[in-house]
Amino acid sequence: MKEARFPVRMSNLLLLLAISGAVIAAFRYLVIDITTLFDGSGLGQMWGYFTEFLRPDLSPAHLKSLTRAALETLAMSAVGTLLAAGLAATLALPAAGHFGRIPAQLARWLFNLLRAIPELVWAALVVLAAGLGPNAGTLALALHTTGVLGRLFTEALENSPVAAAEAIRCNGGGRTAAFLYGTLPTLWPQWLAYTLYRWENNIRVSSVLGFVGAGGLGQMLYIHLSLFQQAQASTVILTIILLVLAVDSFSLWVRHRYLTAS
Amino acid sequence: MTQSSIPSTATQPQRNPRDPALLPRLMIALVAFLLLWPGLRLSELDLSVLFDREGTQAMGALLEGAWPPAYSPEFLQLLWRSTLETLAIGIAGIALALPPALIAALLATRALSRSALLQRGTPSLPGRAVRGPVRALLVVLRSIPEIVWALLFVRAVGLGPTAGVLAIALTYTGMLGKVYAEIFESVDRRPAEALISAGASRSVAFLYGVLPNAAAEMLSYTVYRWECALRASVVMGFVGAGGLGQQLELSLRMFAGDEVLSILLVFLLLVLLADQLSRLLRERLL
Repeated sequence: MKEARFPVRMSNLLLLLAISGAVIAAFRYLVIDITTLFDGSGLGQMWGYFTEFLRPDLSPAHLKSLTRAALETLAMSAVGTLLAAGLAATLALPAAGHFGRIPAQLARWLFNLLRAIPELVWAALVVLAAGLGPNAGTLALALHTTGVLGRLFTEALENSPVAAAEAIRCNGGGRTAAFLYGTLPTLWPQWLAYTLYRWENNIRVSSVLGFVGAGGLGQMLYIHLSLFQQAQASTVILTIILLVLAVDSFSLWVRHRYLTAS
Repeated sequence: MTQSSIPSTATQPQRNPRDPALLPRLMIALVAFLLLWPGLRLSELDLSVLFDREGTQAMGALLEGAWPPAYSPEFLQLLWRSTLETLAIGIAGIALALPPALIAALLATRALSRSALLQRGTPSLPGRAVRGPVRALLVVLRSIPEIVWALLFVRAVGLGPTAGVLAIALTYTGMLGKVYAEIFESVDRRPAEALISAGASRSVAFLYGVLPNAAAEMLSYTVYRWECALRASVVMGFVGAGGLGQQLELSLRMFAGDEVLSILLVFLLLVLLADQLSRLLRERLL
């Protein structure tokens, strides 16, 4: 027994050594001396800065613009996700191989490209073309989400049962009818679930897309922080927390309600 | 449908082409559209900007210079340094998040509650009074997106990777702390119960009753989070928190398409490698 366990332990030890080596190297490389970071003056300064956030600005005018920004964030996420769902559904058909192999490869390649680049990078790119504002954020969200949903939709389509569609085809129905009445009815609940899951994620993302100028709460936060208006910024952060928490608990409730029951 | 036998359906489509569910579906579509209409207005959706002259010119200028990707020695050196910085931010951030996350998880978990274990009931009132605030703190830490923390720290400690490390440390303390506490609660509670009812202290009960069962899952989740931290550190660079993201933002501002392409390629490679490494490590662990 002892001989058998020894080699495993050895490799575990090596792994542990490698990890601690990487950690030490990382701190060395960044020259973060924890002592200088947390010594008296630095910590005091940081503390002073963060205590300024403890007095959130709750004036009606600020709350009004905040509501608008929050709605803008919600709208960005909803429209972006919807656009992406439409695009992904359209492209999932060729990607699942319904129109031959070359379109399938092309569509998959496109999905991978869209998905690999984070939303914020897309937003920075789109802002160059579309200008500042929520439109850029919506498009950026749509681009990245098309990649994510496209892959999920394609997988769902490939794994959906074919019996109903084949029955329609055997009875003389066209390919469109076979898809619409044979495949889609079993497919759409899954597609819808994926879309909602992505929407949930996108609400969180769209609240920070504004950092690169793409509208919503993020842009407001960025502007207030740039002007050193900590009180106003604090309210924006609170709104983001509330939005994220609301979305989280809502989706948790929906999942408990509908997924555990079935 | 008057007949339900299969042969008759072949002739049905011509005679009865109407979709019986058409009306409700149209109504649902109409309601969804009415609900989304203000959203369309608010999001100022305008697809035409992608095709009008100004927009395409700006994109065109960027794309025109994008091939071939930048590969001059100086730029490659710069790229190498930012890549290392990104890696270091991810590793250092997770390393800083681990100790507080562990402590918070120990404070927040019900798995070691003496009163709950011994009386098989709810934890005692003082126990809950400690756990509540710790849990709330973890929720706040993780509901603020890491990039917001990064922006705050850039204002507090200045531009550079330190802000990124601190941002990751805080957000991931919240995430790791919550998940660790859940893992403690999900493992078999009988060993800890036995130890505590035999008179062992709670630290002993944790070390010998809970940790052996929880360690693999904890490590696996930590590795997965490290992968996420790496991706996040690239994004955080956009607000000035160092690494590849900061370089990407600079190149975008200078409309240097070739540099943007190089950075994106390196980023994709990095994410791919981190993904493989994390999968390898997790397969080993579980």
